[in-house]
Amino acid sequence: MITATGLDVAAVRADFPILSRRVRDNQPLVYLDSAATAQKPRVVLDAERRFYEEVNAAVHRGAHALAEEATDAYEEARQRIATFVGGHPEQCVLVRNATEALNLLAYAFSNATALAGAGRVAAREAGFDGDPRLVLGPGRSIVVSELEHHANLVPWQQAAAKTGATLRWLPITPTGRLDLSDLDRIITRDTAVVSITAQSNVTGAITPLVPIVERARAVGAFIFLDACQAVPNSPVDVAGLGVDALCWSGHKMCGPTGIGVLWARAELLAAMPPFLSGGSMIDTVEMTRATFALPPQRFEAGTPLTAQAIGLAAAAQYLDGIGMARIADHERHLTACALAGIAELPEVRVIGPTDLVDRGGVVSVIVDGVHAHDVGQVLDDRGVAVRVGHHCAWPLNRRLGIAASTRASFYLYNDEDDVAAFVAGLAAAVSYFRGR
Amino acid sequence: MRLDSLYQDVIMDHYRRRSGHGLREPFTAESCQVNPTCGDEIRLRVAVDGQGRIADVSYEAAGCAISQASASVLHDAVCGLPQSEAMIIESAFHALMQSRGTDAGDPEVLGDAVAFAGVSRYPARVKCALLPWMALKDALHRSEGISR
Ligand SMILES: Cc1ncc(COP(=O)(O)O)c(C=O)c1O
Repeated sequence: MITATGLDVAAVRADFPILSRRVRDNQPLVYLDSAATAQKPRVVLDAERRFYEEVNAAVHRGAHALAEEATDAYEEARQRIATFVGGHPEQCVLVRNATEALNLLAYAFSNATALAGAGRVAAREAGFDGDPRLVLGPGRSIVVSELEHHANLVPWQQAAAKTGATLRWLPITPTGRLDLSDLDRIITRDTAVVSITAQSNVTGAITPLVPIVERARAVGAFIFLDACQAVPNSPVDVAGLGVDALCWSGHKMCGPTGIGVLWARAELLAAMPPFLSGGSMIDTVEMTRATFALPPQRFEAGTPLTAQAIGLAAAAQYLDGIGMARIADHERHLTACALAGIAELPEVRVIGPTDLVDRGGVVSVIVDGVHAHDVGQVLDDRGVAVRVGHHCAWPLNRRLGIAASTRASFYLYNDEDDVAAFVAGLAAAVSYFRGR
Repeated sequence: MRLDSLYQDVIMDHYRRRSGHGLREPFTAESCQVNPTCGDEIRLRVAVDGQGRIADVSYEAAGCAISQASASVLHDAVCGLPQSEAMIIESAFHALMQSRGTDAGDPEVLGDAVAFAGVSRYPARVKCALLPWMALKDALHRSEGISR
């Protein structure tokens, strides 16, 4: 099938070996859990294998032939990954996942605060030049939102607890969008940092960035973006966003697990004290002190995630080859199909916007009188893989007054048949539990 | 059908008409348990009498059919029993849940709870079935601490 947007889904599917798998008594797998983790095309698997079979060596450490080649391969991968979001390679720190990237950012504040308390000389020795914008304390605030994944909430709770700063958040509307009506009262002169999701992994709502970025800029706060659900699913250009940092996980964009990216403005990277420390992130080391490498190496302690970076670069190449705008259009089309199908089921309610305005390709639902676990079980019984639960956004669930929901998420390799299997599975769950 | 072996009639019956549902006084100890993967919750109380017998189990729970039915079956299984006997059922149920579908369970010990044998084939659902039993174990533990 070639969709109206020109995506040849059958050809795409052939690139993903796992999609020909059968599950639960030999039924074809319908994979609708890409927002949790995406499947991997053969080119990604091949790139990792080729690296291990032909090049493998420790990066930035040896002087032998393989070490040189491995270092080049790693830095070329960084370059390719940076290009994917329109950034410079020196501004891309390769970490384990978005969770680690967000911790790196949150720790920059709590470490800077602790070091500022230790005095100017001690702080400089530990790699912190004293930028007051990173120093928190009572009277300063951190702003997140009620839509956040735990990964962009708990690290900031920790930073607030360690520094005495106040944690504030933007509330949401009943349809699961950010409510900006109190923006100016929540982001204020005392706000040091705003860290916000680009797109909710539960409701699919896309954050209206412009007013938030403008407000953060106006009060002199840093603005960070959790782009886990944006970078894999739509064209993202860091230059145009106006944010100070942005992060995402490679495994959600067809890359391997164990690799994530923190992109940040050079000036921020230069100001932040080191996060993890040890080998690879230093310039010189004496028995009692060390000096530190320039970013991005400063934030990449230990042997880097080499094969993973090379796999992620291959994923970026693969997705760019198809075209991110085309993928976004395709997901939009599938989302429209899903919303239309669900609208026919009176027992099923969508958690999140029911229109396509500023909305990504995740559809979370509640089935009246049937718990999400049981809905998921019926879908699983039909070979349909969805996510059930609170989707690591417990406060959001609480705020919406729901215990758990059932989420389908669409990606480039899904087609209309997959959407139909989801909707039919929901109808089956209704009749299975209501009929008995 | 696979679904029917999971959601057996006994389970569906308990899910529809939960025995002993609601929180009651008096009680000796209480336990709250959550399943962090799905957010399901149970608050369970035990009333243990002077002879170490479980006079009542009362609970409030939010969750799937499996966890709700499990709480109801638990109530029917252990009310009126000496604590020591309740704990024998608890360990038999725990063993059944860990069996990955290899054990049918002993109806002599487990009664209605053998209906959960099918759950053990779905590792993601085992926690749902165990949640009320974890609450029972914890509540009895606390109650012992109180009476000592
Ligand atoms: C919006 C959002 N933020 C953060 C994360 C955390 O990603 P990871 O678990 O790969 O670090 C996820 C994925 O689960 C997500 O969807």
